[in-house]
Amino acid sequence: MSISTAAAAAEPAIEARTRRPRRRLKAAERHEARIGALMVTPAVILLLLFFFIPVILCFILAFTNARLIAPEPAHFTGLDNFTRLFSDPVFWASLRNTFYFGLVVVPVQSAFALLLALLINVKTRGVNFFRTMYFIPVVTSIVVVSILWRFMYQPDGLVNSLLQTVTFNVVQGTDWLNNTKTAMPAIMFMSIWQAVGFHMVIWLSGLQTIPEERYEAADLDGATTWQKFRYVTWPGLRATRTFILVTITIAALSLFAQINVMTAGGPLNSTTTMVYQAVRTGYQQQQTAYASAISLIFFILVLTVSLVQRYLTRDKD
Amino acid sequence: MATDTSTAPSAITPAPEAHHRQPTREPRWQKIGGYVGRIILVVFFAFPIVFMFVSSLKPDDQIFGDLDSVKAFLPVGKISFDNYSTVFDTVPAGRFLVNSILLSALTVVIGLFVNSLAAFALSRLRWRARTVVLAVIIATLVVPFETFALPMVWWVNKLPWLTLRGGVPLWEFGWLDSYRVQIIPFIANAFAIFLFYSYFQSIPKDLDEAARVDGAGWFRIYRSVVMPLSGPAIATVSILTFLPAWNQYLWPLMVVRSENLRPVMVGVSYFFQLKVAWGPMMAYSTLITIPVLVLFLCFQRAFIGSIASSGVKG
Repeated sequence: MSISTAAAAAEPAIEARTRRPRRRLKAAERHEARIGALMVTPAVILLLLFFFIPVILCFILAFTNARLIAPEPAHFTGLDNFTRLFSDPVFWASLRNTFYFGLVVVPVQSAFALLLALLINVKTRGVNFFRTMYFIPVVTSIVVVSILWRFMYQPDGLVNSLLQTVTFNVVQGTDWLNNTKTAMPAIMFMSIWQAVGFHMVIWLSGLQTIPEERYEAADLDGATTWQKFRYVTWPGLRATRTFILVTITIAALSLFAQINVMTAGGPLNSTTTMVYQAVRTGYQQQQTAYASAISLIFFILVLTVSLVQRYLTRDKD
Repeated sequence: MATDTSTAPSAITPAPEAHHRQPTREPRWQKIGGYVGRIILVVFFAFPIVFMFVSSLKPDDQIFGDLDSVKAFLPVGKISFDNYSTVFDTVPAGRFLVNSILLSALTVVIGLFVNSLAAFALSRLRWRARTVVLAVIIATLVVPFETFALPMVWWVNKLPWLTLRGGVPLWEFGWLDSYRVQIIPFIANAFAIFLFYSYFQSIPKDLDEAARVDGAGWFRIYRSVVMPLSGPAIATVSILTFLPAWNQYLWPLMVVRSENLRPVMVGVSYFFQLKVAWGPMMAYSTLITIPVLVLFLCFQRAFIGSIASSGVKG
């Protein structure tokens, strides 16, 4: 992720420019600056209105008693929302479930995606076909996927009948989404099935940045398949690894649509998540302030996790 | 399952079989094993989708009757489009589809213009605060929409909008329940700006200079020099903004109440309220998946390329 370097690289050019002695060019430069500012204005205004202000509002509203439709204006209530939140068992349940989901999905999905990428990163016929097929769930909306799997997870649904067929009636299956033990794992399985193709493609493009010569050299040294992976492939994927970890983590912590369509947080709050809880209080019960407090904690959580991941996977040079 | 990773596919045309001069470490059984593994995975990823398509053509009792055999994945038995007519009879599915097409198209098209223009200014013009703006835009990439969605509902409910009441311009407040609330917040997109920016950086600046010498203005350079060379970036950004726009769910769920303004994904909640049979549910799901799937299969290289470029470039 050399995103920040793009901005940094632009700096010397600008400094060099400003250090110039003032000359005739001034009018043209002023014109250029004006046009530049003009071109960027629409995007900047929109980002201000629909990104920065809402983010700042999240920090402000969390300490008020704002409601979506309120007879009187909101006023500050200090930490009331947070004290209420921390004494709410549903909040702790959603925090726990959000972490549970993340801790399973992040490693499993990234490893499975890497495995798929390695499996089709070969020069054989039909690679394109396989890649396309693995990618199909990704272009299917998560809402559709959730409906479909909800149907398949029913007690008399496809998942159970497949299990019975494959294991010759040894495994009976269960009512996946109505069982507190299996509801979350069932949603995890489906989520991984849906999104793993996306990260496979990103691993693939990472694999293609590794120079061929390194593999040839490893071949000459008589390296085994495992050694090639360990000493050539794995070190070559460092940048990709960071990107994949951060994106999967953010996506996993933002779990919402699956819950909303499949379980509505149940059974017994075993699948409620932070975003789901924020949406339920904020939109259905119109408690904007309380929902902002949940969002704020979610925001801090996401930021902390991605900073920690960046730090752990940083370049050690 | 281990496969030979010694050959990474490259942009260059695949080398012919003569490439196998070096002793490959892949015996025949491993090659076959690799293929078997890949095909099993195809089944794993495709079976639910096939099941959805096939079930949408069957009455409910037959869907459940076929579950314990391979018939679950084959369009056999009482095949008809009855479920589809049920869909159109029970919900305004046509209206939802038109809404979604309209909303996604507008978001993508206006977004292409706004974001590429901003990226052009960031990449090719010198003006004060340029680096700051660029750094800030890039910093916004790590904030998921879900973190500020709820304050944003409160916020758009306060925003003004100029309307005409009987020829008299009038400010009204509140954007809830409209098309604009589903389009305008998603036009400016930091990710799209970033992708355009990195692509524009690869276009030689001498071209601008030459055009300047010929007396072209900056807007002219944007329109006639840079954009015509940016086909791949335009394709990438279109795909990456179309998918989320078509799949909009959380946002319209919260800000749109009227049935006739709803996009397709929110239409789903109808079925849950109505407790309809699964057949029509599968038909509706198929209906809202097919457009994207067809687009994907036609432009799959561009699709997958766009995802790939979003990851590693920087």
